[in-house]
Amino acid sequence: MSSFLTYLISGLSLGSIYAIIALGYTMVYGIAKMLNFAHGDFIMVGCYIIFTVSGALSGNSIVGILVAIVLCTLLGITTEFVAYRPLRGAASPLAVLITAIGVSYFLENLALLIFGADIKSFTSVIKWEGLTFAGGDLRIQGVTIVTIAISVIVLIVLQLFIKKTRQGQAMLAVAEDKGAAALMGINVNKTIMLTFAIGSALAAIAGALLCSAYPSLSPYTGAMPGIKAFVAAVLGGIGSIPGAMIGGLVLGIVEILSKTYISSQLSDAIVFGILVVVLLVKPTGILGKKIQEKV
Amino acid sequence: MKKFSKVVSLAMASMMAVSMLAGCGAQGSGSNTFKIGAIGPLTGGAAAYGLAVCNAAELAVEEINAAGGINGYQIEYKKEDDELNAEKSVNAYNTLKDWGMQVLVGSTTSACSIAVSENTKADNMFQLTPSGSAEDCVKYDNAFRVCFSDPNQGIASAQYISDNNLATKVGIIYDSSDVYSSGIYQKFTEEAAGKNFEIVSAEAFTQDNNTDFSVQLQKAKDAGADLVFLPIYYKDASLILTQANTMGYAPTFFGVDGLDGILTVENFDVSLAEGVMLLTPFAADAKDDLTVNFVAKYQEKYGEIPNQFAADAYDAVYIIKKAMEAKNVTPDMSVSDICEALKGAMTEIEASGLTSAKMTWAANGEPNKEPKAVVIKNGAYVSAQ
Repeated sequence: MSSFLTYLISGLSLGSIYAIIALGYTMVYGIAKMLNFAHGDFIMVGCYIIFTVSGALSGNSIVGILVAIVLCTLLGITTEFVAYRPLRGAASPLAVLITAIGVSYFLENLALLIFGADIKSFTSVIKWEGLTFAGGDLRIQGVTIVTIAISVIVLIVLQLFIKKTRQGQAMLAVAEDKGAAALMGINVNKTIMLTFAIGSALAAIAGALLCSAYPSLSPYTGAMPGIKAFVAAVLGGIGSIPGAMIGGLVLGIVEILSKTYISSQLSDAIVFGILVVVLLVKPTGILGKKIQEKV
Repeated sequence: MKKFSKVVSLAMASMMAVSMLAGCGAQGSGSNTFKIGAIGPLTGGAAAYGLAVCNAAELAVEEINAAGGINGYQIEYKKEDDELNAEKSVNAYNTLKDWGMQVLVGSTTSACSIAVSENTKADNMFQLTPSGSAEDCVKYDNAFRVCFSDPNQGIASAQYISDNNLATKVGIIYDSSDVYSSGIYQKFTEEAAGKNFEIVSAEAFTQDNNTDFSVQLQKAKDAGADLVFLPIYYKDASLILTQANTMGYAPTFFGVDGLDGILTVENFDVSLAEGVMLLTPFAADAKDDLTVNFVAKYQEKYGEIPNQFAADAYDAVYIIKKAMEAKNVTPDMSVSDICEALKGAMTEIEASGLTSAKMTWAANGEPNKEPKAVVIKNGAYVSAQ
């Protein structure tokens, strides 16, 4: 039993990382209706900024994180302005999707050029050891608790922001119908830019937590967690912010438990298999809303 | 404008023709230097290996040139980067071939070596890989290696653990998506049957799933493993060591040559690697004259203590020298003739070098030498004996 709980906690800590990445994914998708496949790479950029700034300031990670949030926000806004906005009117939504993949490769190769592909060992920004239970047999790492706490805070703040502020209402309107929102006097471009700014700031925070939990930093650090988090977002119902949280935690726990009790090699196959099953039964994901397309 | 581009393309075509003729000329008689090329990942996640190989080969070439060359001829040396990518390794080989390479020291890693060996076989160029340890690296008769093959590393590790009573219960964490890692794992488990230790857990991971190792470690811990065998590269191992430390699990970690380089990871807390053992043919702290001399020169020139990849490559160049001298090879011979001569020489010579006092080769390309191990103490390799 105690070993089951240990594995469950491992799953929780992996899932919490997926959850916070998925929040950024789903936020951008929910409003702008586009999959920002470069989200994982925004995270990687955030990690490198924290690594570099903290290194230069002899380990002051708070400043590093703040700088990363600011720079990632700027990166998100710039990417949106340069790469995505001109294509928003394109006949096929695939154009933006392909561009996002291009941005992803661009950022990875840029990081390769600047930092090289050598892995760097990231110093955790969370110094807290965590909580121990059952006489030291069970331990929840500090970074896991902080990640879950931050995910919940982000979740609540985002919900409040979207429901209570004018900007948030504008986002909802843009998500519903861009054309109609524009007719109502909402600046669609500005609203989408704000969405990207928030999504990218979240990426910087997720980066700090990802690399604190798994302290190996390379230009491909964000790629696979990004894809897994995307799966988590789809599992939870893409576009739904609480769904991303639940999807992330479920994905992490399923991954760890299938590694433990079925096969350490097949865990990815099982995770993606479950995704297929969930989508067959409930095509909109766990918390996804069914939207009737009007013809 | 059209006319202009026609002129340009004509000029380019004639230039190409001339350079091709020049290329033919270089292969035949007339040249009076040997051209040895080396390939390895000079950038990227495995740069620690490629740089070691290419630097040490360069050092050996300089020494040989200073001492009068091979059979009285000087050596020209050129290195190319393959970024740990098989396709780029083949490109690197083609670049070196265009340059006029006669013998290849490379590639550094297994997958790249295998890819390149298809081309060296087709060109019948002699290939000596310092560190390509997968079985298939030397599947053709023109390819030999300095290091142990993967199976040999798995077998030697099992023997070493058993002979030195390092453990009674052994856990294994390996990369099932990597031919290198799973090859060693297989031979290790075969050899472990009937030894004085028991394999209590064997868990895999893949390159798509290499961030969280908590399950693999927890299973080894629950099974009571007092030694964890890591036939993997240092990139993943650094994460495993960090996570084992977080969960308070401290078995002996035992690795093979892929673990070499873990101390070079930027910002890595080397205290986590304290006590890690690895099977290696080379310990930089050994006291024999050859090692002391090599380490001093290497450190002076490149500012680093050389690892076993460096030692393998350094030996490789001297092995080529010895084989060339055995058959009186001269630079004006064609690539193919040199290859035939060296192929014959390899099974006859008995070389001594940094990695072993006595190395011999079978016609299948495999070396024959004794395994040794080092342990990490205070952030440096120390002989394990």
